[in-house]
Amino acid sequence: MADNLCTLTITEAQQLLRSGELSAHELTRSCLERISATQPSLNSFITVTADLALAQAQAAQQRLGQPNPPPLCGIPLAIKDIYALAGVRTTAASRILSNFVPPYDATAVARLREQGAVFVGKVNLDEFAMGSSTENSAFGPTRNPHDTERVAGGSSGGSAAAVAAHQCLSALGTDTGGSIRQPASFCGVVGIKPTYGRVSRYGVIAYASSLDQVGPFTKTVRDGAIMLRALAGADPLDSTCSAREVPDYERALSGEMGGLRVGVPKEFFVAGMQPEVEQAVRAALQRMEGLGAEIVEVSLPHTRYAIATYYLIATAEASSNLGRYDGIKYGLRAEAGNLLDLYTRSRAAGFGAEVKRRIMLGTFALSSGYYDAYYLKAQRVRTLIRQDYQRAFEHCDLLAAPTAPTTAFRLGEKLSDPLQMYLSDICTISVNLAGLPGLVVPCGHDRQRLPIGLQLIGPSFGEAVLFRAGDAYEMAGAEAPQARSR
Amino acid sequence: MASALALSEYEAVIGLEVHSQLLTQSKCFCACSSQFGAPPNSHVCPVCMGMPGTLPVLNRRVLELAIRLGLAAHCEIAPRSTFARKNYFYPDLPKGYQISQYDEPLCVGGYLDLPGEDGAAPRRIRLVRIHLEEDAGKNVHLPDCSLVDFNRSGLPLVEIVSEPDLRSAREAGAYLRELRAIVRYLKVSDGNMEEGNFRCDANVSVRPRGSAKLGAKVEVKNMNSFRHVENAIEYEIERQIEALRAGERIAQETRLWNPDRATTHPMRSKEFAHDYRYFPEPDLAPVLAPRELVEAVAARMPELPAQRRTRYVEQLGISAYEAQVLTAERELADYFEALLPIVSNTRMAANWVMTEVLRMVNESGRELTQAVPPAAEVGALLKLVERETISLNAAKTAFAAMCKSGQGAAAVVAELGLAQVSDESAIAQACQRVLQSEPDKVAEFRGGRDKLFGFFVGQVMKVMGGKANPKVINEILRRHLGSN
Repeated sequence: MADNLCTLTITEAQQLLRSGELSAHELTRSCLERISATQPSLNSFITVTADLALAQAQAAQQRLGQPNPPPLCGIPLAIKDIYALAGVRTTAASRILSNFVPPYDATAVARLREQGAVFVGKVNLDEFAMGSSTENSAFGPTRNPHDTERVAGGSSGGSAAAVAAHQCLSALGTDTGGSIRQPASFCGVVGIKPTYGRVSRYGVIAYASSLDQVGPFTKTVRDGAIMLRALAGADPLDSTCSAREVPDYERALSGEMGGLRVGVPKEFFVAGMQPEVEQAVRAALQRMEGLGAEIVEVSLPHTRYAIATYYLIATAEASSNLGRYDGIKYGLRAEAGNLLDLYTRSRAAGFGAEVKRRIMLGTFALSSGYYDAYYLKAQRVRTLIRQDYQRAFEHCDLLAAPTAPTTAFRLGEKLSDPLQMYLSDICTISVNLAGLPGLVVPCGHDRQRLPIGLQLIGPSFGEAVLFRAGDAYEMAGAEAPQARSR
Repeated sequence: MASALALSEYEAVIGLEVHSQLLTQSKCFCACSSQFGAPPNSHVCPVCMGMPGTLPVLNRRVLELAIRLGLAAHCEIAPRSTFARKNYFYPDLPKGYQISQYDEPLCVGGYLDLPGEDGAAPRRIRLVRIHLEEDAGKNVHLPDCSLVDFNRSGLPLVEIVSEPDLRSAREAGAYLRELRAIVRYLKVSDGNMEEGNFRCDANVSVRPRGSAKLGAKVEVKNMNSFRHVENAIEYEIERQIEALRAGERIAQETRLWNPDRATTHPMRSKEFAHDYRYFPEPDLAPVLAPRELVEAVAARMPELPAQRRTRYVEQLGISAYEAQVLTAERELADYFEALLPIVSNTRMAANWVMTEVLRMVNESGRELTQAVPPAAEVGALLKLVERETISLNAAKTAFAAMCKSGQGAAAVVAELGLAQVSDESAIAQACQRVLQSEPDKVAEFRGGRDKLFGFFVGQVMKVMGGKANPKVINEILRRHLGSN
């Protein structure tokens, strides 16, 4: 008999675990049962780690019996299969790593492990985090729990779906151009992309080194604050990770929005946007105004160059980062009689079509004779985009905008034209280029009950203001798509 | 050898690129040990094996050592330099790219002064740059497969690029030797070509003498010793001159030195294009070398070989050539200087080090500290010579025994009975005996055959069982034989 323990939030579970009303084992078991029941229809997991989870739950239960157990002790989490989890197959949803078992943990994973969290499994993604729908996975697409004919979003589709379907209480994703925020919006959950450098990237299989960022999916904004506090902070293994002190984000949750100036970037309301998405976002802005926020229109004039800029920089870095998958040291190795064949056959067989496309694009952008016109130029435009945001933040504390131009589209709908898929990143992509934090909180549904997410964007290391605003909005009773008794 | 005629028509233009491994405990971007000679793939970790998700973190000691070298080479130390990725595929390159420096290297400009020969002014060889990079692993090719050892992957290197200021194979050799001496003096590198921690590629071109335009540049690789470098460059210059004189064009290419055939041949045409697609390394922050750091490194700089040579010549009255021999290795120069406080005769100390000590080191094939006794003991031995307790010859015998047995000077001299006799009356007696037994030769000597003096000395020494003080023998014999 299935129970509803898996539908708890982290905050609720923390309380029950400490009071003894709930055991870590019961909670983990509830999630594992929910996974068994829904995995066939959702395909959110690549690897379920039931034995590991139960062992961790047992250990967590011991710690819960002692004074001051860590915040995430006993909390079941799913991990995007782009994070190294020691001793467990880590595939990046690619054939080229389908047999790769790392002997090390990603730092983010290690921090969760240290807190006694429970890992229920590795969840699905677009191969090497390249995609916006989780249809580019070598392990099949992940389906949206709200409508299994539709995508869960990407590239962290598995993570978003797992949280939305209550297969876990939170999941780790990564966001390079919107890969946490867009799936959060599509699946009706909270997603956080911290400032670049807030969380260590060590052990996160690299896609675009200057854009990738670690972040959690949760059911509530408060849960997100708890998760980020556990993940953030300096790491001697990552030179790009900031040593800046990590605030106690939960303290920022004052419950009110009074006095906050919220900027609305007009360029994010793109032509051809789904009308219900625009309506829901504008309604959310009105609600925020009602809660005491001041809404101002701002302009980010270089927004229209963001997609081109991203697809030059990200693919360039990716073409270099993926050079190590050569069949020599680990992963897939094809049969070959000479070195060149070994390389070309292993990579041809191991990489999916979208990954190949991006490697080729990136190689071209860096190549002799084209570097200045493409890669270098893109970096210059990136600076202009960053400056747009800096100017905007002179007049407001945070920005609010749509997350995506549409709600979740149908499986297969955008596969025939990769560029169409790229264009749907327009609202999220410039945030990565500027290295800024973004938070998505559900703000409504369309006619088909598909979730719509409101995106909040903050200044550099301004996660606290995002949590404050997001939490206040959420607490005021914004439509919550998470029916607790699903 | 290129003919003298050819050499006067054409001029060789040579530049050298040297990769030198830095003497750090750990690798450039991870904490693995940099110790040489470990079993394959035993000094590796996820970072230097390029495993998914791993990231580089700069070993700060690398920066210090590189700055030290840059200062010694009179380079400008960039306050801000950046790393770049050099992308290509090869099994010994685990990430598929090498972390190096491209647009913004750590050290720019600079020069090395090669000691002039026979008192001539030093030859200044300018540098283009010195930059940081990581080493690749090592491939081993077997008949039916290739193996890769990643112990070397990620070791820190400096690449030292010279301007094409060198004009002969011999000059190239001198440049390499001086560079090697510098890195060893600074304890920045071992400078050992045979162990592979000091590698050299040469860029060689020729042009008509007097022309300012550069000829087609040929890159020469696979030279594993100083001799290889000199021979390869010599061969390449000759090859190019002959080609030009025959009306051929020199192909701008990379050639490999074949030491068995003593020739260079073109590398197999590349299957992989050499567009390295350099771009700034996004995983590493720019390298900052603020003035305070550079000054701190400068304050800790050891004395350079050129500075020592100057000091020896100016303060110790040693010839330029001798100074060069003594300073060729830092350990030898240190050893020599350790003798000076003990032995007041600088000349004797210098000679001893250049002959006996150096010979013993070269013959034994071992490190100085293993091959010869500590300077204090040798100093004591030389003091015995100074006091005329033993002859110089006897000291040589004693030294050999000390090297073998590890015993001290006094003990060996006593054991071998090497103390020489200086007693005048004993020697006078021996002289008389010898002269009396060789009356014909005495007559010849007095008649003008000066050379016989040495014969008499030898005979007296024989009678004395080899233990007489030769100075005293000389004095007494002269008195007996009278002036001539």
